[in-house]
Amino acid sequence: MKKFFSLGRLFLALVFFLMYLPIFYLIYYSFSSGSRMDGFKHFSLVHYQTLFADTRMISIVLNTLIIALLAALISTIIGTSGALAINRAKRSRRQLLVLNNILMVSPDVIIGASFLIFFTFLGVQLGFWSVLLSHIAFCIPIVVLMVLPQVRTMPRSLTDAAYDLGASRWQAFSQVTIPAIAPGIRAGFFMALTYSLDDFAVTFFVTGNGFSTLAVEIYSRARQGIDLEINALSTVMFLVSLVLVFIYSRFSVKGKGAAVK
Amino acid sequence: MTKHNFGRLFFTLPYYLWLLLFVIAPLVLIFYQSFLGLDGHLTVQNYLTYARSATYLKMTLNSVWYAFLITAITLMIAYPLAYLIAQLKRRDFWLALMILPTWINLLLKTYAFIGILSQSGPLNALTKALGLGSHQLLFTDAAFVIVAAYIELPFMVLPIYNAIVGIRPSLINASLDLGASRVQTFWRVIFPLTKGGVEAGIQAVFIPALSLFMITRLIGGNRVITLGTAIEEHFLTTQNWGLGSTIGVVLVVAMLIVMLLTDGANAVKKGGKRG
Repeated sequence: MKKFFSLGRLFLALVFFLMYLPIFYLIYYSFSSGSRMDGFKHFSLVHYQTLFADTRMISIVLNTLIIALLAALISTIIGTSGALAINRAKRSRRQLLVLNNILMVSPDVIIGASFLIFFTFLGVQLGFWSVLLSHIAFCIPIVVLMVLPQVRTMPRSLTDAAYDLGASRWQAFSQVTIPAIAPGIRAGFFMALTYSLDDFAVTFFVTGNGFSTLAVEIYSRARQGIDLEINALSTVMFLVSLVLVFIYSRFSVKGKGAAVK
Repeated sequence: MTKHNFGRLFFTLPYYLWLLLFVIAPLVLIFYQSFLGLDGHLTVQNYLTYARSATYLKMTLNSVWYAFLITAITLMIAYPLAYLIAQLKRRDFWLALMILPTWINLLLKTYAFIGILSQSGPLNALTKALGLGSHQLLFTDAAFVIVAAYIELPFMVLPIYNAIVGIRPSLINASLDLGASRVQTFWRVIFPLTKGGVEAGIQAVFIPALSLFMITRLIGGNRVITLGTAIEEHFLTTQNWGLGSTIGVVLVVAMLIVMLLTDGANAVKKGGKRG
C-alpha cells in the first residue's frame, strides 16, 4: 500500500513537471543572449529590450486589451440580461439553454468560418469591428452560464420585499437583483475577459489584413521560426496571467461555478 | 403593464438578437454555403467532390484517428492524475496548479515545443543520453499528437476530478465494509460513478482535437492532417468557401455524433474554448 502511494506521488510529480516544462523552457530562453531555443548563450535582457522597443507589438497589445475589455463589458451586460430572460422563461427555458450553449461546444474553426461568411454576407469590413463583434458573440454564453446559477438561487422574496416596500421596477432591479447576483456577474466578466484574451482561431478568421491581436501576431511570427522576442513576451504574459488568476480567485464565488477556465 | 413589458423586451432584445444573428444565422449560412459552387450557384458538387476524393476521406479518417489517440492518451493520464489529486490534502491548490497552464495562450505553449522537439532540443538530448539516438520529431504527426495531448490534458482532468470529488465517501466505505477489495471498489463503485466526468472530458477533448489547426500548422509540418486544417486552408488560403463549409458540416456532424455517444445531457463543457 505504501509503495503504491509513493508510486502515485512519483506520477504526480512527473506530470506536473511535464506540464510546466514548456512554460519554463520558454521563460528560460527569453534570458539567453542567443537567438535559438537550444544552447543557452549567456544571461541577457536583450530580448526584453527588443520587446519593449517594438512599437508594432505594443500597439497590438493595446488592441488586444481594448478588444478584451470592450468585449467583456458588453458581453457581461447582454449575458446578464440573457440569464435573467432564461430564468423568466418557463416553457422555453431548455430550448433557450441549448441555443445558448451552441457556441460553447462548437469548434473554433466552425465559429470563425461561419462568422466570416456572416460578415461577408452583411458586407461588414473585416477589422476592428468584426473582431469586436465576434468576441462579444462568443463571450455571451459563458457569461450566461456564470450568472444563471446566481439568478436561480436568488429567492423571489427579495424582489417581492422590494416591491412591497415601494420600490419601482428599476429600483428593485438595480438595488436588489443586481447586487444579489453580483458575484456571478463578476465571474462572468473575468471569464469573458480571459476567453477574449485567449482567443486565436476565431480572430484569425475574421481579422482581415490591417488589424491584429496578440495571438494572431504570435502565430504569424512563430510560423517564421524561433524568435526569442516571443519568449520574452511569454514571460510577461505568464506574469500577467498569474495576476489575473490571483484577482479572479479573490473575487470569484467560492466553490461551485468557480471552476477556473 | 404593457409599458413594463416593453421595457423588459428592450432590455432582453440584445440577447435575443445575439441568438438570432450570431448563433442561428451563422450556422444556417455555413450550411447554405456548403451547397454553393465556386460560381455561386446551388449545387451538391462540394459534397460529391468530398465523397469522391480519396485524399479527403483519408484525411477525415486520419483526423478522427488522431483525435481518438489524443483523447485516449489524455484519458489514460488524466484519470489516475485526477484520482491522485483528489486524495491530496491540499487538493484545491494542486488542481489550481493543474489548471493554471490553460491560462497561458496555447500558441505560446505550442511555440515552446518548436524548441523542445527540435533536433538539438532537450527531448532529443534525452533520447540520445538513453542511447536511443536522435530523431526527427518536429513536423511529424506524432509531434501533433503529443502537443495536442499536452494542451488538452487539463480539460480532461477537470471534469473527472469534479466527478471523483463528488462521490460520497460513505459509498466507498460501504463497499469496503461489505468485503470488496480496493480493486473491486474501484471498478464497481468509483469508476461507474465517475462515468459522467469521463464522458464530459472526452467531449471536451475530442472535438477540439478534430479541429485544432494552429498546432498542425506550427508543429505538424504545415500539412493538412485534420478537419480543422482543411477548413482553414479552404477559407483562408484557397478561398474555396463552399468546399470549406462542406468539411465544416462534416465536422459538425462528427461533433454531434461524439455528443450523442457521450450523452448530451451534461453537455456543457467545463473547459474553455480552444481549437
